Amino acid sequence: MGWFKRLKDGIQTATKYKKEAPDGLWYKCNGCGEASTMKELRENFYKCPKCNYHVRIGSYDYFDLLFDGKYSELFGDLYSKDFLNFSDLKPYTERLEEAYRKTELMDALSVAVGRIRKRSLVIAAMDFSFIGGSMGSVVGEKISLSIDYCLEHQTPLMIISKSGGARMMESAFSLMQMAKTSAKLTLLAKAGIPYFSFLTDPTTGGVTASFAMLGDINFAEPQALIGFAGPRVIKETIKKDLPDGFQTSEFLLEHGFLDFIVDRKDLKETVGDLLYFFN
Amino acid sequence: MVFLDFEQPLEKLYEQLEKIKQVGEEGEVDVEPMIKELENLIRNKRKEIYSNLTGWQKVQLSRHPERPYTLFYIRNMCKKFQELHGDRCFKDDKAIVGGLANLDGQNVVILGHQKGVNTKMRQYRNFGMANPEGYRKALRLMKLAERFNLPIVCLIDTPGAFPGLEAEERGQAEAIARNLFEMAQLKVPVVCVVIGEGASGGAIGIGLGDRVYMLENTWYSVISPESCSSILWRSWDYKEQAAEALKLTADHMYEFGLIDGIIREPLGGAHTAPEEMAKLLKRQIKKALSELMEMSPEDRIDARINKYASMGVFERAIESVDEEDDQGA
Repeated sequence: MGWFKRLKDGIQTATKYKKEAPDGLWYKCNGCGEASTMKELRENFYKCPKCNYHVRIGSYDYFDLLFDGKYSELFGDLYSKDFLNFSDLKPYTERLEEAYRKTELMDALSVAVGRIRKRSLVIAAMDFSFIGGSMGSVVGEKISLSIDYCLEHQTPLMIISKSGGARMMESAFSLMQMAKTSAKLTLLAKAGIPYFSFLTDPTTGGVTASFAMLGDINFAEPQALIGFAGPRVIKETIKKDLPDGFQTSEFLLEHGFLDFIVDRKDLKETVGDLLYFFN
Repeated sequence: MVFLDFEQPLEKLYEQLEKIKQVGEEGEVDVEPMIKELENLIRNKRKEIYSNLTGWQKVQLSRHPERPYTLFYIRNMCKKFQELHGDRCFKDDKAIVGGLANLDGQNVVILGHQKGVNTKMRQYRNFGMANPEGYRKALRLMKLAERFNLPIVCLIDTPGAFPGLEAEERGQAEAIARNLFEMAQLKVPVVCVVIGEGASGGAIGIGLGDRVYMLENTWYSVISPESCSSILWRSWDYKEQAAEALKLTADHMYEFGLIDGIIREPLGGAHTAPEEMAKLLKRQIKKALSELMEMSPEDRIDARINKYASMGVFERAIESVDEEDDQGA
């Protein structure tokens, strides 16, 4: 299966095709509804120039934003296997094929190593456009391999979460990735290697309930949806409307689950500072 | 007796049996041979039904209203039990219980999800759906066990962690994540058993251990069949299909290498012979503990982390051409 079998070696897709950021001439903000030009949006770190709404961007956008120039991708050769022959309204294999076509990505998480202000850092970043950023075996394994890499090279780890949770189509295998990633993170803690967890819109379910909440530093983009259960499920359970701002970054900060919130334009400097503090 | 929909043929036989017994009591007719015959029929019918249960039927059995819950097993397996309450931060969650117990001479900390046995108690126990303070109570007890070198037994039986407003305020996700992180490094043996429902994060939040077992008629999955149906099929009506697709039974889980063993249930399910079930459960827990106590804490932790690290199936784009079957683990 899979178009990638035809590839000879290496990662063939040019970075520019993997960007999740919107294209076209105009952008209509999901936050305030105002229109701005794509140029304005790009120059403003993919934030709405009018209301500062942080547009969802992809893993490679974050790599470009954060690393000083060049970076190398790691473990880009892993891809999902439909081990359970899962099929709902559509077979899982078809969903995967669609996701490959649509996103040009290999799975919902990409890993790269590079430098920020001359200090090296491994960043594992999720892509919401790939089956809702869901965590299956590939996401778990890539995080596990990233941790091994960080241990070997004494490099700090940053995970950028953006996910609806565990991938249903891999059932218990997905569930076990929660245990796998959390268990592996204890090795970083023991070795005294810092792990920064950066939560972006949205981070929910099994991803929040495992590695995303386990950072030495937990920080988030403004106004991101972060939670365990989705708002719709909670609303159905308690049969009441949810208060304004429920499950936003600001809500989590207020309740003590985030260290701080950072605007995307300051992200690089902040991560650079963290690397400096933990040096 | 409560009969599930797929047990209807049994219900009819039981009704006949009752009638015949009544006749026997009233008159002088010798009904013994007929009773014997009917009991035989029931046994065979039960065997027939139970030798071929679907995923959904096992889900139904795991939720059987007469099924034994954590406190029943604790009281049946352990000579002494002192329940310990509270997370020392916020409150005592009634959906997770635990405490100090003695298992045939071995002191342990035993804990688990607890469901209610009647309508009132079901509400009191929040249907076995824990809030963050439940997971934090569990962690407090596990840390206590570690400090005093007591092995830990976790019994899992939950339809999920509670999806409520306050649960989010108090960090449901953090509580589960913290447990996974801490359980991975516990210096004492940890044995977990799914005794009913093993739904998602709510289950694994007390489910990371050196040995994980499932009772025969239980399930363990990333999502309940109902929720899966509502999300992927966009309707609540496909729970049977979802239960099949999720491959959530003990047999599947063992076949996938995601659990360490299956504990057989008495014919007809745990609820038909709860004491016998408790005996079988205790036997397996004791066996696992005695094996695990032979190992050093360091070896146990290494093995535990390696076990979870090897869970997952995937492929590699480049090297996969020749050794496809060897990929993943």
